[in-house]
Amino acid sequence: MSRFVDIKLRVNGEDVSATVPSRLNLVDFLRNDLCLTGSHVGCEHGVCGACTVIVDGDSVRGCLMLAAQANRADITTIEGLADNGQSDALQAAFTNRNALQCGFCTPGMLASALGYIDGGGTADRDAIRKHISGNYCRCTGYQSIVDAICDVIEEART
Amino acid sequence: MTGPAHIFDKPNRYIGKSSPRADAARLLQGRGKFVDDVTLPRMVHAAFLRSPFAHATITAIDTAEAKDAPGVIAIYTGHDLTDHVTPYVGVLTHLKGLRSAPQHPLAVDVARWQGEPVVMVIATSRALAEDACELVEVDYEELPAVVDTETALDADTPVIHPEFGNNLAWERDVVAGDIDAAFAASGVQVIDREFRFGRHTGVTLESRGTLCDFDPSENELTVYYSGQAPHMMQVIFATHLDLPEENVRVISNDVGGSFGIKIHTYGDEIATAAAAKLLKRPVKFIADRFESFVTDIHARDHVIKARIGVTNDGDIVGIDLDDLTGVGPFSMYPRTSAIECNQILNLTGAPYNLDNYRAKGRVVFQNKTLMCQYRGVGHPIAMAVADGLLDDAARAIGMDPVAVRHLNLMADDSYPRASATGMKLDDLSHQKALTKLTDIMDYKGLREKQTEDRKNGIYRGIGFVSMVEVTNPSPMFYGVGGASIASQDGATVRLDAGGALHVASSITEQGQGTNAILAQIAAGVFGVALNRVKVTTGDTKTTPYGGGTWASRGAGIGGEAMLQAAQALKDQVLAVAAVMLQTSADKLDIQDGAVTDPDGTLRLPLADLARTVYYRGNELPNDLNPELIATRHYRVTDFPFVFTNGAMAAHVEVDTATGFIKVLHFWAVEDCGRVINPLLVDEQIRGGVVQGIGGALYEECQYSEDGQMLNATMADYMVPMASEMPDITVAHIETPTKTSVLGAKGAGEAGTGGAPAAILNAVNDALSPLNASIWQMPMTPERVLNAIDAAK
Repeated sequence: MSRFVDIKLRVNGEDVSATVPSRLNLVDFLRNDLCLTGSHVGCEHGVCGACTVIVDGDSVRGCLMLAAQANRADITTIEGLADNGQSDALQAAFTNRNALQCGFCTPGMLASALGYIDGGGTADRDAIRKHISGNYCRCTGYQSIVDAICDVIEEART
Repeated sequence: MTGPAHIFDKPNRYIGKSSPRADAARLLQGRGKFVDDVTLPRMVHAAFLRSPFAHATITAIDTAEAKDAPGVIAIYTGHDLTDHVTPYVGVLTHLKGLRSAPQHPLAVDVARWQGEPVVMVIATSRALAEDACELVEVDYEELPAVVDTETALDADTPVIHPEFGNNLAWERDVVAGDIDAAFAASGVQVIDREFRFGRHTGVTLESRGTLCDFDPSENELTVYYSGQAPHMMQVIFATHLDLPEENVRVISNDVGGSFGIKIHTYGDEIATAAAAKLLKRPVKFIADRFESFVTDIHARDHVIKARIGVTNDGDIVGIDLDDLTGVGPFSMYPRTSAIECNQILNLTGAPYNLDNYRAKGRVVFQNKTLMCQYRGVGHPIAMAVADGLLDDAARAIGMDPVAVRHLNLMADDSYPRASATGMKLDDLSHQKALTKLTDIMDYKGLREKQTEDRKNGIYRGIGFVSMVEVTNPSPMFYGVGGASIASQDGATVRLDAGGALHVASSITEQGQGTNAILAQIAAGVFGVALNRVKVTTGDTKTTPYGGGTWASRGAGIGGEAMLQAAQALKDQVLAVAAVMLQTSADKLDIQDGAVTDPDGTLRLPLADLARTVYYRGNELPNDLNPELIATRHYRVTDFPFVFTNGAMAAHVEVDTATGFIKVLHFWAVEDCGRVINPLLVDEQIRGGVVQGIGGALYEECQYSEDGQMLNATMADYMVPMASEMPDITVAHIETPTKTSVLGAKGAGEAGTGGAPAAILNAVNDALSPLNASIWQMPMTPERVLNAIDAAK
């Protein structure tokens, strides 16, 4: 039977306090307890990347981290990236390139792409492909996603 | 039928434009609404205990301890549901002789594949339901499992359904001409190969799921459905849960990929609906990834012995093939599991002039996950067999693969005509497509480079496929065989008081851009700005009745219905405008949200017209009855299917030391008729190609000898990821179909249908200096090395 843990954290700029089962993973906490359903669950074993969120500045698999481990963390989800403007350029580029179809991988893909761009990544297609290889997309074939990330990097430079 | 040119050619027309999808923003901001994002008051959760054996008798089920577990609301076994759900059988009359046994949502007495649901636990959370599953005790007596298709029909193999006497589900023979005589003729070389296509599956990133809500006061079931065919599911839920059809509402909001996976009757989803009805409250079930791998339909799994005969000049004289496929223990309901085999029999060699053809297909039962229609249905196999044999034959007679295709492909001016198997063909462009392909890829340059590379021990190969794709199916696909699957689609277009359009359609969105192209068609044909069209799809209560989006039918059938509805509304609005402006309708047009003169001069904004009609009808003559809404339906009548064609090429490098294959580039020239939105169509082609590459190189559901799936995790089942995939160049030939005004054919499955053949041919081209070849997919490094070793 689950034990419970008290946690305090910051999610998308808001303070959150909760008592969570010790076995609850972070993405289920975000989705079910905070109703932030933008983060998706694809495999629950860290392979597909659909649940990628930003924890204290790092891209993290929400299914491989327990909610209890997020105590005192600062978390940004896809909803937060949209609200604070961090994903604006990527949103525009993904739209123009049609770099999403069903949209299920998209929140995790944006979080990973943002990690690449903020980390000083260049518009090198092979490097981008390598970076997003932890994010599974069944619909697009990836090329448009690479195009979109390149566009953001190149536009920022000009 | 041809349409007035102005639908496509006037300014302010959106058909043919690369407009970005309006609904992208929602998904990019995390505001999508997938099934698992929906929460309802009093909602509870289902978890399933599944058979750990491929084949076993269930001798006892003890749920006593689980019933007392925290949070548990109810527990159901197969027997508990037999009074509430009628069994279903996956057969259709036009697939003559197809047999399957009645299927129950939860196994009754016998479990027939690993993963078959056996017990359903309903609890206040999914975690608690899973906890309780661990407390359920099921006693099984393991039975011998039928795993290998090639021995499934042997006399000493156990029979899965004893009442049938053997494990044969269906067989069909197709004969055209005289293949034996053609092969025996002098100067004919016969090439003989055995092809093996592994099982793979869709791996939709959003796993299957359902949220079912039952309101006993209205006797009404509402199902939030992640899938492609809401009206089909409405009939299924109504029929098997004993509800009036009109009391079942099926809603598809966002669907996280489907590809043919989420268009079938899954026991866990039916059981969830039954639980909602019995408990009179919402029940949610979301498959986890393991459940997806062992219960989502699988596809392919064919062993094909095939021969091609060619003259020394390269003329194909005929193709002969024998297809054996295993489909699991039941034929899937309601679309059946015989369609893939049937497609292979119908389509192999369909691009080519072919007088002699013989094909035998046998579909057998086995104790593995059920097989059914997944993206491309039969096409990847039919194309790989025909074009694999053709390139092999070209090598044997020393002919270039492009030349042998130009020689044998049907001439672009030879339509309408039939294929060797009698499929009606029209509006195809094989020759033009192949010419365009070799132009854009710089074929000559690649060959020169290949020769140079070989001197340096680099093994690169170029592979081609010329293909057809079945799209826009008519009632001859399913309806004719007794399936409650609509082949027509409807569209409604309504002018609202503010001058905007609200449109609804029975086709559905799984990310292809269905809603976007519906808006483009409506806006362009009617005459408003694209951002003034609101689209509703995916709801049996609020959309016209229709088939949904599958078999590459959405744009071609649903799009045409939308075109006709928008044109009808335009005529209706102009009739009102003519009275208001005291002129005749043929002297008016609608452009940019206003009634205009034909030259575009503004006469009356649509909002003024609509507000007059809706608010101030007193200003209109009493005998004028304005109708500002129009509905039209469309079905394909002249053909069983509308075929498309394409030509594709792959450039690969094989590492002969490790067996690894790197796809360097891929080209696709596709003729899907009129292209409604090039941005979206190109992405359909690319995504399809990548799925095809997955099947060709990586994806395989591996089974042990006792029927256990060995790689049912995303870490073990290989899917294409970004770093392995090439850039893909896409180009189009546009030969509109004459079956509609819109002229659009389907584009969704071409890439998946064609890519495996092109990759196979490229790999074998790369291996040809070693006299090695491979005829098994996926072409894993181990299999490539084995092929190289076998040639030594």
